[in-house]
Amino acid sequence: MSISLDEVRHVARLARLELDETELLSLQSELSELIGHFVDIQSVDVTGVAPMTHPVTMQNVWSEDIPGGTLPRDVALRNSALQRAGLFVVPQIIED
Amino acid sequence: MVTQLSATQLSAQLAAKKISAREVTEAYLERISAHDAVYGAFLRTEDRALIAADEAQKKIDAGEAGPLTGIPVAVKDNISTEGLETTCASQILRGYIPPYDATVISQLKASGAVILGKTNLDEFAMGASTETSSYKLTRNPWDPARTPGGSSGGSAAAVAGELAPIALGSDTGGSIRQPASLCGIVGMKPTYGRSSRYGLVAFGSSLDQIGPLARNVEDAALLAHATTGHDPLDGTSLPIAPIDISGLKSGSLKGKKIAIPTEMFGDGINPGVRDVVEAAIDRLRAEGAEATEVSLPSIKFGVTTYYIIAPCEASSNLARFDGIRYGPRAEGGQGHIGVVEKTRGELFGHEVKTRIMIGTYALSAGYYDAFYLRAQQVRAIMQQEFLKTFDEFDFVVSPTSPVTAFKFGELDDNPLAMKLLDYCTIPANMGGFPAISLNCGYHENLPVGLQLMAAPLRDEELLQTAWITEQVLADLQQRPPIS
Repeated sequence: MSISLDEVRHVARLARLELDETELLSLQSELSELIGHFVDIQSVDVTGVAPMTHPVTMQNVWSEDIPGGTLPRDVALRNSALQRAGLFVVPQIIED
Repeated sequence: MVTQLSATQLSAQLAAKKISAREVTEAYLERISAHDAVYGAFLRTEDRALIAADEAQKKIDAGEAGPLTGIPVAVKDNISTEGLETTCASQILRGYIPPYDATVISQLKASGAVILGKTNLDEFAMGASTETSSYKLTRNPWDPARTPGGSSGGSAAAVAGELAPIALGSDTGGSIRQPASLCGIVGMKPTYGRSSRYGLVAFGSSLDQIGPLARNVEDAALLAHATTGHDPLDGTSLPIAPIDISGLKSGSLKGKKIAIPTEMFGDGINPGVRDVVEAAIDRLRAEGAEATEVSLPSIKFGVTTYYIIAPCEASSNLARFDGIRYGPRAEGGQGHIGVVEKTRGELFGHEVKTRIMIGTYALSAGYYDAFYLRAQQVRAIMQQEFLKTFDEFDFVVSPTSPVTAFKFGELDDNPLAMKLLDYCTIPANMGGFPAISLNCGYHENLPVGLQLMAAPLRDEELLQTAWITEQVLADLQQRPPIS
């Protein structure tokens, strides 16, 4: 099974990864090879088997509605590369 | 030498005031400074370690000490430590200083343990040799030309190389047990939900568990006890008590029913490893264990299932690394999405990008049913097959790793061979079962690990049986050729 270069570009866009041509080509061959091995589970009879999302059956997990501590704003911002006036600075998102 | 003592022995010496907590931590810091240039186990040590040691001493002096009070612990660098850089061995988290402790770290601090430093790992725990770390290589104390395994390779090398008495790792597909095996020490993955994942940087959320690495089962049990129990901050944490180790030494092998899956002793397992493991099983038989060959056909699909489910979960979990809220931000990206794409493209390593791509692909429209959904169904089949086996047997026993420690770059040209290293360890993560690896001998002077796997929540019995097994195999144990 092989994946086209366009598919690799599309998946990289979905994954928000900027990749150069060399890396795209290398991923094309690596992904094709790995996904080629994935076909082995296509032979397993899964009729009527419910997909398992988690190793333990989890019901809704509730907690008491008690206010707890949260990170102070300056501490939450401390690890950001760019911040100003108590806010994360990001490139313009809404056009003029 | 202090650093040759186990955590249990150190604890006794601390209690008897034969040594102070400061002396213990100093001995380890000195040894790290003298020898870690060779092993590369640590990414950094904790500047506040001696302060913590002095605090521990106060507890000891006040008669308030527990078994881990004053014991240094090395911590894998994907576990958040307040005020101490936590990078996951990735450039995308370079300089990140967590503002809070993971629950396991809070538990350790409450027990008086001393955080010694942060250990190297495969980037975001994705790998089986610690070679995908973006910072450095970690070397196996048994042979510095070989990898320590991974992804908790730094923690395993630190414990085996006597740079820490005990360490924490994380296990998504074998990342505690496989390096423990390759470094000749003990490594345990508890039942899913027994240790809190709060503050563990998420890789595969339905698979990840934090667990201990130690030089013997008793030390591993102490650490497992201290770092388990219900945590309201982790919605997947089981509302049950910590692993009880009060009966650790009271078990017996007599009449224990052991399943030996033929799928874990066939092709792909190095014959030398197989011989050592089979010889160990024979010794368990001689002690009264009833070992029976069984077939668990789903094991053969474990690697594929894992390499779909774990990357799918990772592709979602790693979406948070965008260069905005933490970590460096790449220059020159156009617009918000451009900045995010450029940061991720530049700062994630190749293995991480590959797994994010696999996950994104397998979850994308048109492929979801064929890959992710089907993998989840096969996972269910595998879990049921093992649960049925555990109805009849106490443990499933196998090699931990199909091979012993391999040389750097040895598997570079064969990415699939690297992934097959998890073949025997993956089922425990798939089913959420507890599993432990302990050394059972040597092949060509390199350690071989024996894996014991039990039904969910039977962590106590697993540790008991591992402890007896360790006593039975005690004559085989050697110290690595370290200074």
